[in-house]
Amino acid sequence: MRQPLPQRLLGISGKLLIAAILGFIILPAVVVTIAAFNSKAILTFPPSAYSFRWFERAVSYGDFKKGFQAGLTVTLWASTIALVVGAAFAFAINRYQFKFKRALEGLLLSPLIVPHFTIGLGLLMLAAQTGLPRGYPLIVFCHVVLVLPFVMRCAYISLQNLDTRLELAAASLGASPLKILLTVTLPLLVPGLVSGWLFAAILSFNEFTASLFVTTQATQTLPVAMYNYVREYADPTLAALSVIYIVVTAVLLSLANAYLGLGKVLNVEQGR
Amino acid sequence: MPAGSPVIEDAPRRAAVQLDGVTKKFGGSVALHEAWLKIPSGEFMTLLGPSGCGKTTLLNLVAGFLDTDGGEIFIDGTLVTETPAHKREIGIVFQNYALFPHMDVAKNIGYGLRMRGVPKAEIARRVEQALALVKLTGYADRRPRQLSGGQQQRVALARALVIRPKVLLLDEPFSALDKNLRGSMQVELKEIQRELGVTTIFVTHDQGEALSMSDRIAVMSAGRIRQIATPDEIYRRPADRFVASFVGDVNVLKARLGSRQSSEAVATVGGIPVIVPAGPLNDVASGAAIDLFVRPEHIQLAPAGEAGTLRGTVSTHIFQGGHVDVYVEAPALSRDRILVRLPGVDAITRWPVGGQVGLRFGTTDLTAFPVEGDPA
Ligand SMILES: Nc1ncnc2c1ncn2[C@@H]1O[C@H](COP(=O)(O)OP(=O)(O)OP(=O)(O)O)[C@@H](O)[C@H]1O
Ligand SMILES: [Mg+2]
Repeated sequence: MRQPLPQRLLGISGKLLIAAILGFIILPAVVVTIAAFNSKAILTFPPSAYSFRWFERAVSYGDFKKGFQAGLTVTLWASTIALVVGAAFAFAINRYQFKFKRALEGLLLSPLIVPHFTIGLGLLMLAAQTGLPRGYPLIVFCHVVLVLPFVMRCAYISLQNLDTRLELAAASLGASPLKILLTVTLPLLVPGLVSGWLFAAILSFNEFTASLFVTTQATQTLPVAMYNYVREYADPTLAALSVIYIVVTAVLLSLANAYLGLGKVLNVEQGR
Repeated sequence: MPAGSPVIEDAPRRAAVQLDGVTKKFGGSVALHEAWLKIPSGEFMTLLGPSGCGKTTLLNLVAGFLDTDGGEIFIDGTLVTETPAHKREIGIVFQNYALFPHMDVAKNIGYGLRMRGVPKAEIARRVEQALALVKLTGYADRRPRQLSGGQQQRVALARALVIRPKVLLLDEPFSALDKNLRGSMQVELKEIQRELGVTTIFVTHDQGEALSMSDRIAVMSAGRIRQIATPDEIYRRPADRFVASFVGDVNVLKARLGSRQSSEAVATVGGIPVIVPAGPLNDVASGAAIDLFVRPEHIQLAPAGEAGTLRGTVSTHIFQGGHVDVYVEAPALSRDRILVRLPGVDAITRWPVGGQVGLRFGTTDLTAFPVEGDPA
């Protein structure tokens, strides 16, 4: 059965449009990926000869190794703290009525509006005023503030998708409030909480703007180290590092999706 | 219930559930107004009423999911008004089943037993029995999403029954099922309930379901219990206009109150005398206009002009399989067309559309109420 011509044209142009949009989204990644395999010490496109040497340099360069460790430390602490705090707040907002509930909600979601450099600069000034050292606690605190809204969102959406009648059924079957939390509520929230944590970790690990203000030479995270590198060198090392970034992130997200079903968390799905 | 459970004595039927003037408010609005209810052990009690009348609220109060704003609740003679839900030993089945999606069927059914610290071997045995009870033997390892709606509802029922609850609460358990399945589930639930003798409160807004399953029905409207009686009594002796029109089809005819004895009164409809219960007409003066409520199966058709009949014109037939619904116009008796329910197909040929017929009312099973102030 052939569709009428106008509809077919519409279908074809729709597909072209989607292809074009996807193309533009992945174009930078493609350019960087190809540049990473350039054997010359300049960032040109397209390369004339190919090699893996910049990947070797990317993983052996001292500042990057240190930056990776610093970044990982900050990320693990920040996203875990944000998970606990964010889940607790989401729970309170979802389950309880209290004064200033709206205000608290707005406050916690506000870093989505306040620019990262404002938060970084503000913390830097506070640290300078109070004489606080610019160590890990400050960076972790900064990242917690930045990723908290995302974790809270994830936890909040999972809580909203959770059918409270499941908890009522558990109560009627003799489960105490603590048992309900442990056997029904938490197990059903795990996918949402884990993906919230994962988003927080990815965001924190990639965060640059605010980190630039609150890190020092000793505590610089990987993106800051990359920024400092590019100010001195213009070889494809960064491109190689970007490729590693993309691959690792993609693998993590695919695993998370396969085991947790991120789709369930990202859009408000009707629970059965 | 599984073998070995004690036989419940029948003789002194104590109240398994008792509500003494229970009230519930949400904000300023009253969702349940002073409900008084006494449900004997083993009874199948149905709460029937339109959407928003407070059925679920009443159920949630019994289950302990809501706090009362007045009155007391007793279960098995014990005051439970302040008892939290998890200590009330109540089985509940929700409309959407509310099975735990992260547990298989056996885990779902065994949940309440695990919470009670029952030994593993006994849990396995009782889960197996419960599965057999709801005819789902062999489904123990399935996840809830791998089951049909009817099967999920059976698992929910098994999960609620396996803890041997003092009361079983069901909130519109079958309304998500298609009509055929609903019918067979109704029969099955009734069988299981009778077999186990478990006191049951069943919520529905489907009057057919209520009439066919219940020992007694509590008809509710706007947060109040309007009448508590057996299905037969609710149908034949409705306490007020609301109950009369909510349960079953009914024709409302213009009539006049005649003389009144102690419990019965004589009313005239189109000059013909009929007997109605006097109770609802206590405040009505003799000779005043009243509304006569007549069920469609309590009207017979006769050739027009026959003695003791009232004249009408047939306007439509609707063939219903087992019976025929004949609509008769009689402006002197009723603004709406009068519904007459006749057995057998021959009614269609016997009373052709447009033809004149005589309406004859039975002398029993009629009720009358004061005329409503405003046709709201
Ligand atoms: N949590 C609540 N907060 C505020 N009002 C409520 C709440 N629960 C119920 N109500 C109100 O109380 C009244 C009774 O509600 P209820 O759920 O008991 O009705 P229902 O008879 O079960 O109706 P349905 O047949 O639609 O399920 C309704 O007017 C409803 O809007
Ligand atoms: Mg309801």
